Amino acid sequence: MMIDDVAEQPGIASGLVAMVRRDLLLVWKRPGDVLNPLFFFAMVCTLFPLAVGPSAEQLTFSGPGVLWVAALLATLLSLNSLFVADFEDGSLEQLLVSPQPLPALVLGKTIAHWLSSGVPLVLVSPLLAITYRMPTDVVGVMMLTLALGTVCLSLLGSIGAALTVGLSRGTALLSLLILPLAMPVLLLGANTVSLAAGDEMYSTGIWALAAYAVATLSLAPYAAAAALRISNE
Amino acid sequence: MWKFFHRLASPPHFYRLAAIFAPWLMLPGLVLIAYGTIAGLFVAPEDYQQGDAFRIIYVHVPAAYLSMMAYMIMAVSGGIGLIWRIKLAHAVGAAAAPLGAAFTLLALLTGSIWGRPMWGTWWEWGDPRLTSELILLFLYFGYMALRSAIDDTLKADKACAVIALVGVVNVVIVHYSVEWWSSLHQGQTLLRKGGPAMDSAMLYPLLAMILGFTLVFGALLLRRVRTEVLYRERRTRWVRKMILAPQGGR
Amino acid sequence: MTAKLSANDLTLVRGERVLFHGLGFALNSGELLLLQGQNGSGKTSLIRAIAGLLSLESGEIFWGGVPVLQQRQLFHGSLVWLAHSSGLKADLTLVENLEFEKVLRPQSAREPEEVFERLGIARLKRLPVRFLSAGQQRRVALARILLADVALWLLDEPFTNLDQEGRELVIELTEEHLAGGGLCVLAAHQDIDLEATVKMVRL
Repeated sequence: MMIDDVAEQPGIASGLVAMVRRDLLLVWKRPGDVLNPLFFFAMVCTLFPLAVGPSAEQLTFSGPGVLWVAALLATLLSLNSLFVADFEDGSLEQLLVSPQPLPALVLGKTIAHWLSSGVPLVLVSPLLAITYRMPTDVVGVMMLTLALGTVCLSLLGSIGAALTVGLSRGTALLSLLILPLAMPVLLLGANTVSLAAGDEMYSTGIWALAAYAVATLSLAPYAAAAALRISNE
Repeated sequence: MWKFFHRLASPPHFYRLAAIFAPWLMLPGLVLIAYGTIAGLFVAPEDYQQGDAFRIIYVHVPAAYLSMMAYMIMAVSGGIGLIWRIKLAHAVGAAAAPLGAAFTLLALLTGSIWGRPMWGTWWEWGDPRLTSELILLFLYFGYMALRSAIDDTLKADKACAVIALVGVVNVVIVHYSVEWWSSLHQGQTLLRKGGPAMDSAMLYPLLAMILGFTLVFGALLLRRVRTEVLYRERRTRWVRKMILAPQGGR
Repeated sequence: MTAKLSANDLTLVRGERVLFHGLGFALNSGELLLLQGQNGSGKTSLIRAIAGLLSLESGEIFWGGVPVLQQRQLFHGSLVWLAHSSGLKADLTLVENLEFEKVLRPQSAREPEEVFERLGIARLKRLPVRFLSAGQQRRVALARILLADVALWLLDEPFTNLDQEGRELVIELTEEHLAGGGLCVLAAHQDIDLEATVKMVRL
């Protein structure tokens, strides 16, 4: 064993992919965890008709907004656990002393998170959209906005989760930090669906969401990585 | 020149210099505010559309402008503190936050009061400026909540610097997205695009108020930073010496 | 010749306490830096500072004469850290955990099976880690250390939860690592008897 040689470092992509695989494997071992945010999503969608009445007109009108708020809250719920488990068993700090660039590892975790929480949400949303009497073509737009939006939310949320990991009242603080960041995403997503429902041009919103997703994809991992180092001091 | 900045970043020197500068900001600031208030209330003519109600802008506009500036200061000082590891920069950010939040609250209250005669309601969600300002208040609360949740001062400083920098980007995004949203729903706005047409009798008091508020903000910020510095450096020799000195320190 | 791992004038402040002040050391290949002190004296913090997790009030750590902060990736690629917690995912088996480790850090050519045999955990390798006892988990964590191809070992209280046989095994493994030209920083609150050059730091 030649100690003085620097052994070949594994590439960045392999670190990211391995991270995604590991986290998805963990989700596979506890599949129930995927269901919690989904049920929360469904329950929040149930709250509105219960609270304001089930009139068809009201439902169709408020559908896009309610579904989007519910998706946002459900994603917020699932973000709590992004780094907490790793923090508690010490695997998070091991990531911090790895030669792999931390933003790549963080991005890997966030992708795995989106795959296990955002994607199921998008797939389940049509069922709830139907209860809100949403026409099928609008449902398609809604799923697209949710797909793009949950990407943004997972990425923005990773920053908040990184800042609050290890704090005692971290959960409430996480919501307080992320919601203002999430408001533009909600705004773009829900209103784009409303425009589609009103038969108006909605492509602006889609492009804006896509641009936001790309921007957060390239910047959020760095902010989250910096935040993780700060939180683990 | 560099030496001046270097000394400025040293807490004991800043502490002394800030004490000297603060009155030079506070007094002219108060004078300008006094002029602006009197001129704004009594000298400026009525707005042809809004009557006397518009006069609230003499408080609302400076407050709103300062609420933004305070956040910029928090973000910039946080960035400086993170990159160059200057502890005083972090102290400035910590000191600016409650001030900025207070001005944001003031902007919201005055905005609400302004809107009442025109909208018939105390709050108009459709007004993009008001809604954006509310989101800014949430950003301030998040910053202050994060700071109080972390015990270790340096760790809190760094974490808050990150959230302030992320927040500053968000402020811009929120501004444009809320404007788009408002245009979709045709809400009523307080200020038309391009700003209200103002004659000089209306404008000068407004400028005076803006400048006056800024100077007073600066003075208050310096005082708050001094207090922050005193607290953060409470165990160092220079603070102890100063407090135990015969005159009790200034 | 510059020492491989060195530091000078290290000062660390945690909260309000100054944990250590003006600390310095120089470690060469084949040497062990033993950190001794009671609980809470700062041993873990020093190891974390060496690993680059904590920011120091003053002083710098050098790896091969170059400050660690200027070559973070290289430095991290040359060390492996055994912390208080195992750093393993409880829901995954040993094998699954080590699969992931391969990407984090360069791995040695050692046969994993041999390592498991040596550590006495061969029959446990397909169990999720949370089913193992504390001592077994510690041995599993050691497998991670052994399979990494790195020069510097950072061991924070490696003897916790281990029986006498386990403790002797750790000492043996460390001696082998040092004999092969490796370096080790070890924190313990008891005396260690080791066949190698030992430098002490008392906190």
